[in-house]
Amino acid sequence: MAAGLDAAEGLTGKPGRPLRAARLRLSGFFWRHRWAKGLLLLAPPLLAFALVYLASLVALFISAFWTVNPFTTAIEHIWNLDNFRTLIDSGAYRTIALRTIGIAAAVTLTDAVLAFPFAYFMARVASARGRAFLFVAVLLPLWSSYLVRVYIWRLILNQDGVLNWMLNKVGLPNQHLAYTNFAVWLIFSYVWLPFMILPVYGALERIPHSFIEASRDLGAGGFATFRRVVLPLALPGVVAGSIFTFSLTLGDYVTPLLAGGASSQFIGNVVYSSVGISNNVPFAAAFATVPLIVMALYLTIARKLGAFEAM
Amino acid sequence: MIRIRRAHVLVAALAVALCVPASGISSGSGLPTSIGKGEGQLNLVAWEGYTQPQWVKPFTKATGCKVNAKYAGSSDEMVTLMRQGGGSQYDMVSASGDASLRLIVGKDVQPINVNLIPDYKNFIPALKSPPHNTIKGVHYGLSLQWGPNTLLYNTKKVTPAPTSWSAIYDKKYKGKVTVPDNPIQIADAALYLSKTNTSLGITDPYELNKTQFDAAVALLKAQKPLIKKYWGLASDEIDLFKNGDAVIGASWPYQTNTLIAAKVPVKDLIPREGATGWADTWMLSSHAKHPNCAYMWMKWVSTPKVQAQQAIYFGETPANPKACTIMNKLSPGSAAQYHCGASAKYFSSIKFWKPPIADCGNGKKDCMDYTQWQQAWTQLKG
Repeated sequence: MAAGLDAAEGLTGKPGRPLRAARLRLSGFFWRHRWAKGLLLLAPPLLAFALVYLASLVALFISAFWTVNPFTTAIEHIWNLDNFRTLIDSGAYRTIALRTIGIAAAVTLTDAVLAFPFAYFMARVASARGRAFLFVAVLLPLWSSYLVRVYIWRLILNQDGVLNWMLNKVGLPNQHLAYTNFAVWLIFSYVWLPFMILPVYGALERIPHSFIEASRDLGAGGFATFRRVVLPLALPGVVAGSIFTFSLTLGDYVTPLLAGGASSQFIGNVVYSSVGISNNVPFAAAFATVPLIVMALYLTIARKLGAFEAM
Repeated sequence: MIRIRRAHVLVAALAVALCVPASGISSGSGLPTSIGKGEGQLNLVAWEGYTQPQWVKPFTKATGCKVNAKYAGSSDEMVTLMRQGGGSQYDMVSASGDASLRLIVGKDVQPINVNLIPDYKNFIPALKSPPHNTIKGVHYGLSLQWGPNTLLYNTKKVTPAPTSWSAIYDKKYKGKVTVPDNPIQIADAALYLSKTNTSLGITDPYELNKTQFDAAVALLKAQKPLIKKYWGLASDEIDLFKNGDAVIGASWPYQTNTLIAAKVPVKDLIPREGATGWADTWMLSSHAKHPNCAYMWMKWVSTPKVQAQQAIYFGETPANPKACTIMNKLSPGSAAQYHCGASAKYFSSIKFWKPPIADCGNGKKDCMDYTQWQQAWTQLKG
């Protein structure tokens, strides 16, 4: 076909003809060789993925087995397990890892509980216009900087902040919420909520109405329908959302730094101070493998639960 | 952060630096004899409040050197910043005594020719060749300002006014206390114990044997439930006091001045146990890309006027006592308030930051070194 067109082109005798001919030959080549088309499409992202993403991960993992010279803080390329030994032996790092994972899990659970009814309303109850409005409402906070939102929470929770001002107005005592792990949990739950609502909405929207009708026709009550039809079908969406909320919390260090108290260090904070204050990149790399392993386990479980089909 | 075997290296390196004549750095060799043309730029690592437009702008105007400053929250961070990227990212650092020696030993900073700084000869004798920046007669920087770490409190919330460091270890202010997020804070606890628990026999808060060190760390552990937040940057502490989340804490005079300017009812004092403190030095990176601008900067910040401006802005004492009269002109009474031209006795009453090393003199090598301080601090914060 390409050749035929080529010949027809040749008869018209318009200027710019050789260029067009070459283009057609090229498209002909790709039409005949499908693999070449695939390669061309995938090459740039694959290359970027391999070079930028995988290479840096490998570099991270390798440097975890080095140490720094304590006095000059230059990296010494001697293979050893000192960093991992320190991590395991020191109670402080265990506490920090457990705190990070614990708060990430709590945030995920909170967001799942908050997001489900909201997404259900969006998908199955709201009118088309109402749904559009709710979409905007969910996405609107994402338009402002993450930092701004954390600072706003600080203003709310401060000793002399908005919350205590309101509590005092109705005669309730001051609450000391600022700079606590509670504040960290609260802010994370707020900041990552949209990332839970959207996949859950997607999963709920895909449940055909006929399934629910069938369930009711077969005599199941509202609760049984929810438990045995809606929930199992929506679960992959919840798990997909939880991947976002869990991993985002796991890797964060800004919120604990700004809103945390005397015992609010996250893995990310230790990584940050290892690099920025102690100049100990290998130790930071070693600690950074902990969330990597946690996420690998988490994703394996999520895959089993069918989360990847819901994304 | 946790480092294994840092102890030995630190001791060895410091021993070399302090005891052996600085070989290879013969004075005169390689030192500039005049200041050349400015490079148009100067990159600084500084304490918050050290590079105010008030004296930076006229400097840039006079020399054409554009100043880029990066604030650091602790001496550790300063050392790291000066070493990152091969050490050529920043030209100068306003290092305190605990960082300056580490930078000298790590060869991160280079000797300077003090004769190129006209105001050097006016400095108080104690800061002409202090042990934290001058080794065997070789000057590794120019003394700048000095002062005490103070006890800051909210005058409305803390009554009666505190007179002792015991206030920040007192359950009375549970959840309202803030102290710096810095291993050197252990020295503050040790200083307090040196006066309140004399049986420990602490004479120098930076030279602590195992028993003394453990006592200081135990005091800080007991203090932890009282802490609202360990502050990283001075501005963090300012926020805490502004919003009422903290009412008492360990501080620098800079925070007091900033808070008073913002009409927050605060006061600070040197409690009766005395205070730790800092003596800062502008140091020149071994790999400085803008050495001429750096020399111009040293010349500039040591002039009486800039010394006075900075002293008043931060709340510290200038190295150049010629600044005292200007201080009083800018803000009446400020020279006395910040001990400008203070006696050698007052100077020596402040326990200046210095790096803790195992060798605490007296032949014994049983002191806890800085690695152990850092480890203890990390464990403490958890």
